Amino acid sequence: MALDRWIALFLLGICIVYGYTAWFTMDESLAPFMRRNPIWPSTFPKVLSVLGIVASFTILAGLEKGDEQIGDIDHRRLMDYFWGQALLLLGLMVVYALCLRPLGFLFSTMAFLVIGSFILGERKWHVMIPVALIATGSVWYLVQEVLGIFLRPLPVFMGV
Amino acid sequence: MLEGILIGLQTALSLQNLIVVIGGCLIGTFIGMLPGLGPMSIIAIMIPVAITMGDPSAALILLAGVYYGAIFGGSTSSILLNAPGVAGTVASSFDGYPMSQQGKAGKALTIAAIASFAGGTIGAILLMVFAPMLSTVALLFHSPEYFALMVVGLSAIAAFAGPGQVTKALMMTILGLIMATVGEGALFNMPRFTAGIMDLQSGFGFITLAMAMFALPEAIFLVLKPKNLGDDGGKIKGLRITRKEARSIAPVIGRQSVQGFFIGVLPGAGATIASFLGYAVERNIAPKQEQGEFGKGSIKGLAAPETANNAACTGSFVPLLTLGIPGSGTTAILLGALIALNVTPGPRLMVDEPQIFWAVIMSMFIGNLVLLILNLPLIPYIAKLLAIPRNFLIPFILFFTLMGAYIGQNNATELLMLVGFGVCGIALKFANYPLPPLLIGFILGGMMEDNFSRSMQLYGGVSFVLERPMTLGLLILAASLIIVPVLRTRFAK
Repeated sequence: MALDRWIALFLLGICIVYGYTAWFTMDESLAPFMRRNPIWPSTFPKVLSVLGIVASFTILAGLEKGDEQIGDIDHRRLMDYFWGQALLLLGLMVVYALCLRPLGFLFSTMAFLVIGSFILGERKWHVMIPVALIATGSVWYLVQEVLGIFLRPLPVFMGV
Repeated sequence: MLEGILIGLQTALSLQNLIVVIGGCLIGTFIGMLPGLGPMSIIAIMIPVAITMGDPSAALILLAGVYYGAIFGGSTSSILLNAPGVAGTVASSFDGYPMSQQGKAGKALTIAAIASFAGGTIGAILLMVFAPMLSTVALLFHSPEYFALMVVGLSAIAAFAGPGQVTKALMMTILGLIMATVGEGALFNMPRFTAGIMDLQSGFGFITLAMAMFALPEAIFLVLKPKNLGDDGGKIKGLRITRKEARSIAPVIGRQSVQGFFIGVLPGAGATIASFLGYAVERNIAPKQEQGEFGKGSIKGLAAPETANNAACTGSFVPLLTLGIPGSGTTAILLGALIALNVTPGPRLMVDEPQIFWAVIMSMFIGNLVLLILNLPLIPYIAKLLAIPRNFLIPFILFFTLMGAYIGQNNATELLMLVGFGVCGIALKFANYPLPPLLIGFILGGMMEDNFSRSMQLYGGVSFVLERPMTLGLLILAASLIIVPVLRTRFAK
């Protein structure tokens, strides 16, 4: 089965769960006076769930014919791409999200930029570290001082 | 109209807004040149900055400047490297890159700059004429018509997705609408589909979703399939064009400014279709001996898409400013930014907040002028950005994506959502599902449900569909927009 149909199957699952919530569970907690209204909080979601199920079925069944279109990347040649680097970068983003508050903006961001370059194959430490240092400091100053948005600069244990 | 123009000029020519438009054009040009980063990604990244500015006029002027700059920047990488930064400038590479290979890169960039300027400026004049007219008609609309109009807009976006793509675009629109129902809606004051998660009480963050669907997948695609980020910057000479060449491209620019503008007005069409159509039209109407030059370095072949894409960018502001309905992913992001700034685009915008409406239009003239004056001599220096190694560039793009989501919500959970949605966006792009309809559906979802609910309450049910002829007509139009292309594709086989 083609990738777009697998995704349609997944979306069908989402629509079924969404529809089940809208049709069967959402109205249980509705106040009696609201039940007299022509529109309930579940009305619009009910319509959407039906439309979503019909649309995903249409894709799954291949009812709309058309030439196979290849996106920005040809999914039939998955092994030709740099998956390791991409997955490591996504993992690094997750780690950054988890460390931003406990380790502070300055350390987390510097580490993110340096490790990101390292993952992509850069080994010139004498360039990577100063670039990351200047960029981190500039962004922190811009966000904190110019835009006035608080970004904890240092780790939690340092109390700042 | 004259009064409006004066108000707009007064706002747009203030020192702060002049700096903003110049800054926006430069930032857009610089980032737009990077292959893989389109106007949607750049605007999404710039939204937190725009919102923090507080002044809606300045914010919209900044984002409009970034938009124009990004389209112009995309042309530069198309011409120099055959690596279009945005889809709307792909057609520019057909003749721009061959010109570059023939040693005429400077001339090609000059033609691109002049054509972009002319397309944007003529488009802005047409916008001044048509936007108030459409706005007057739109004042006759009420909740049922608004609801129906949004259905038409969303259907048109799906219908213009191309052969074999209509259902996928429709599915993405529905998914966007579904995501918009998550959280505590203003109308019902009760949490929906939050699964008891506190962070979902206020729904999904628009900026997070925009970053995840556009900036993040594009950056990851640069890792998956590295494009040739060359080092040709700084070797550009000979920016002048001859009088004969100017005379030759003048009619092309005139035609494509008008055609591009009207294509841009259509929901779902936008700069990409306008540029391809502009190229095709000019090739077909060119004299026989010139037709053979198309694709081999024809100046008409370069001027046509460059004019059309900029005029279409301006045209796409018409439905946004007059009806509050975005016709493209980029204008959907702009709509989200406006809502975040407590400005509701639509027919009342011109009446209630004329300074914003006219300032945006005036800033389009200024922005185009800035792009021409500032960028032309700076082209050789701007092109040096292309020489930045991807090993440094990609971590920075990812970092700015993360920062955009974090600053927008000030919540680290948003970053995890960003990565999660980003992975979904990558998978959807792999399977060739169009992502702009998802974002447009998400942004319009709240307004659409509000208008639908209000209509239901006013008429005590769905009878408003039959009782209001305009609503019925619009809904029939919406249904035919979806059904006709699907059936045509099916029976064409």
